[in-house]
Amino acid sequence: MWAAILGASLGCYLLKVAGLSVPGRILADPRVERIGGLLPVALLSAFIAMQTFTVDDQLELSARVVGAGVAVFAVWRRAPFLVVILAAMGATALVRALA
Amino acid sequence: MFTGASQFALVSVADNPVAGAASAIMLGTRNAMYGLRLTSILRVRGARKAVAAQLVIDESTAMAIGQSNDDDGRVGFWATGIAVFVFWNLATLIGALGADAIGNPEDFGLDAAAPAAFIALLAPRLRGREPWVVAIAAGVVALMVTPFVPDGVPILLAAVVAVVAGLRSPR
Repeated sequence: MWAAILGASLGCYLLKVAGLSVPGRILADPRVERIGGLLPVALLSAFIAMQTFTVDDQLELSARVVGAGVAVFAVWRRAPFLVVILAAMGATALVRALA
Repeated sequence: MFTGASQFALVSVADNPVAGAASAIMLGTRNAMYGLRLTSILRVRGARKAVAAQLVIDESTAMAIGQSNDDDGRVGFWATGIAVFVFWNLATLIGALGADAIGNPEDFGLDAAAPAAFIALLAPRLRGREPWVVAIAAGVVALMVTPFVPDGVPILLAAVVAVVAGLRSPR
């Protein structure tokens, strides 16, 4: 068990180092640049979708959906970053308290 | 090992250490992908790179790439990486010592904070048709596969959506 933990830990760390060690000329390729621009969009969207609509790896409509809706509204109204987060937390907590 | 999905994966298949280690490493591959995007923002070398690498996780990457310029991105990366590193491990220790005494953080909606933050980070990037298409496709793909694959894999598939879109659309 400890061998698995140490081996997996080393592997996970080396993957991180490898990602930071790719030479700059590869990053200058226009296709890589385009992908680099779209990656955050795809990753952020996937995080939002999963954290909003899944509970314990199952699709589920929870109070979080209300929180996310409030966050979208707040962003649309150009609310400051912290206000967006606090509004989403408050709405989610409120729905849970009422449920 | 400082990467949540891998930690959970290793623990959840603890009766099969080899499979646990393999899935933990597989889930860690997305951190290498994050590094590709972070290299130009962080511009670190030597010892700083060794430290920065350990802090490459979902949260620090999201906060780094969500900023409009590289200076803010670096602040986002280091602040988030260090904060999560300290509190993640502190909380893990507390959890190991006995979590029964802690109330339920869901009661005050803490689990809604991360998606709300990501929504605020994503919104400014949705200019034009292509980012919208990629965002929706990535979100749908991630949701559809979530019930059937290990943690972390939906994110990798969402990244594939971005790669395919990037390769297909020469502008």
